Amino acid sequence: MVELMEKISVIRSAAVPFPYENIDTDQIIPARFLKATDRLGFGKNLFRDWRYDKSGNTIKDFVLNNSVYSGSVLIAGKNFGCGSSREHAAWALFDYGFRVVVSSFFADIFRANALNNGIVPVVINENQLHQCFESIEKDPNTSFVMDLTKQQFSGGGIDVDFEIDPYKKECLLNGLDDIDFLLQHIDEIKAFEKEHLVHKLNQTDV
Amino acid sequence: MAKTLFDKIWDQHVVKSIPGGRQILFIDHQFIHEVTSPQAFEGLRRRGLGVYDTNKITATADHNVPTVNQHLPIVEPLSKKQVDTLENNCQQFNLPLFGLGHEKQGIVHVIGPEQGITQPGMTIVCGDSHTSTHGAFGCVAFGIGTSQVEQVLASQCLVLQKPKRMRITVEGKLSKGTTAKDVILYIISQLGTGGATGYFVEYAGSVFTNMSMEERMTVCNMSIEMGARGGLIAPDETTIDYLRGRPNVPKGKQWVQAVEYYKTLFSDQAAQFDLEYSYDAQNITPRITYGTNPGMGIGIDEAIPMIDNLKALKYMGLEQGETLIGKEIQYVFIGSCTNSRIEDLRSVASFVQGKKKADHVNVWVVPGSKKVETQAVSEGLDQIFLNAGFEFRAPGCSACLGMNEDKIPAGKYCVSTSNRNFEGRQGKGSRTILASPMTAAACAIEGKIVDVRKWLN
Repeated sequence: MVELMEKISVIRSAAVPFPYENIDTDQIIPARFLKATDRLGFGKNLFRDWRYDKSGNTIKDFVLNNSVYSGSVLIAGKNFGCGSSREHAAWALFDYGFRVVVSSFFADIFRANALNNGIVPVVINENQLHQCFESIEKDPNTSFVMDLTKQQFSGGGIDVDFEIDPYKKECLLNGLDDIDFLLQHIDEIKAFEKEHLVHKLNQTDV
Repeated sequence: MAKTLFDKIWDQHVVKSIPGGRQILFIDHQFIHEVTSPQAFEGLRRRGLGVYDTNKITATADHNVPTVNQHLPIVEPLSKKQVDTLENNCQQFNLPLFGLGHEKQGIVHVIGPEQGITQPGMTIVCGDSHTSTHGAFGCVAFGIGTSQVEQVLASQCLVLQKPKRMRITVEGKLSKGTTAKDVILYIISQLGTGGATGYFVEYAGSVFTNMSMEERMTVCNMSIEMGARGGLIAPDETTIDYLRGRPNVPKGKQWVQAVEYYKTLFSDQAAQFDLEYSYDAQNITPRITYGTNPGMGIGIDEAIPMIDNLKALKYMGLEQGETLIGKEIQYVFIGSCTNSRIEDLRSVASFVQGKKKADHVNVWVVPGSKKVETQAVSEGLDQIFLNAGFEFRAPGCSACLGMNEDKIPAGKYCVSTSNRNFEGRQGKGSRTILASPMTAAACAIEGKIVDVRKWLN
């Protein structure tokens, strides 16, 4: 058990509203910033082309450039994280400071990447999502609470139970990732492989 | 019990089910490339772990590589560092690498099938969402994040929730000028970018069974664009004929045994799907996209519909209600893991033979692999492209993703055979119009958006 992920249980924070649908991972982090060979520092390029204009000046009315909004909770429109499998999207959100992403719908690979990096993806319904956006519009300091143990997300007039896979919940609470788990089963994996047809068909020495 | 094709393959790979519903899934092969692997190798080193089985990994450099002067050192320092890092990691962990200049180098989803590494009934992963391409062979193939790349390197397994099953059936005969690319663009426009999220899609019906393997790859490639974990097609004689004699397929008695196994890979008649869609081939015509996701597509002669997403239209410089026919374009890109195989290049070449591109258009033809490049040259396709004023480049992901030197300038229109038209995908401010190779070829000749069918009668 080396290299523990950051543990996460309760996050209490204001939220940043991002009410756009179908945000793809090219928007979260454009491909030209994927050239690093480590996981650090992607936050500065999070939503790069929404945050900065052609000359590199900040675009004032973009939500991340507006000091009224802050916090470690990002509330985003439907189908967040679609497109490319780049885990850099999750690294960028984490590095920027987000620990919870709320939406009515997440793309599969993004959701898996978030869970593997200490970010909790919280799914709420469309009405609840709109209520969150409205509450933040009225008061940007609206506080939200994500309680992973209780699987509850509340604030801005909503209080919902959210679903999370029990295995990943344990991983997040304890800062464990799948490798720790898989390595505990390595003997079973080897035994499986020995009898596995595709493996046997591709053994040239048989 | 009656099972779907997807269930048959998935269930054969479950090492163990764990409380809460997840399963440890065995992965038969992992492809890796320079962009999404460095942090995975770094993770192995930090934990002091080795690679579970070096025979179950294939590496290549594709995303970052230049497509001109590949024999020279990569100019861009960060790209060079990633490609060098891949080389060093493969050396350290003793993994086979088809690096720059290697005769087997190419886009990861092109080389797997052409080398016979991709085989029916396999589970295949890669840190790339277009891994769904391999589903054309009847594989459960899907894209993963870098943490999962590391997990597979270390254990050859992933801990996953089994996706739901969807079947998309298209029956009938495609009309002249309508290709595999048009079929998948049509399906995505019907389902939308999130319409298949949470599902694994099986494509069924005569339209797919009549397709070549390369056409099936084009279809499965874009499964992710409607959110699907992957897409697959039951293997048949076409599949077996394609694979027979390829370098990495089972040999001798094992081949006979393998073919027996492949023939069991189909959805049982009584198998249940969680969701089904059916379309009629008659309703599919050559397609293009007008917006900033692959679901925003229309028949090439149709008008842009009234939509809410005005930001997308503003980005594209287009308006509701207008058709794109006659719209001037500046770039044409023929390539990517969607459409860079030999049949794609042949279809382009047969169209442009004896024609010249419009003066104002830059046209890049980028083969998917060294093998495709060599084959194209041996058939004289390169000469046809050069005579038409097209550039015939060296293999790589090229202008699909704005990561290497091949970028589309801001504000310029590019008719592209790739898979994504996201904002900035082909370079900051670039405006991508997705289309089939044949439509792209016709647009290159005329320098504007044209309906390829008018050339075919």
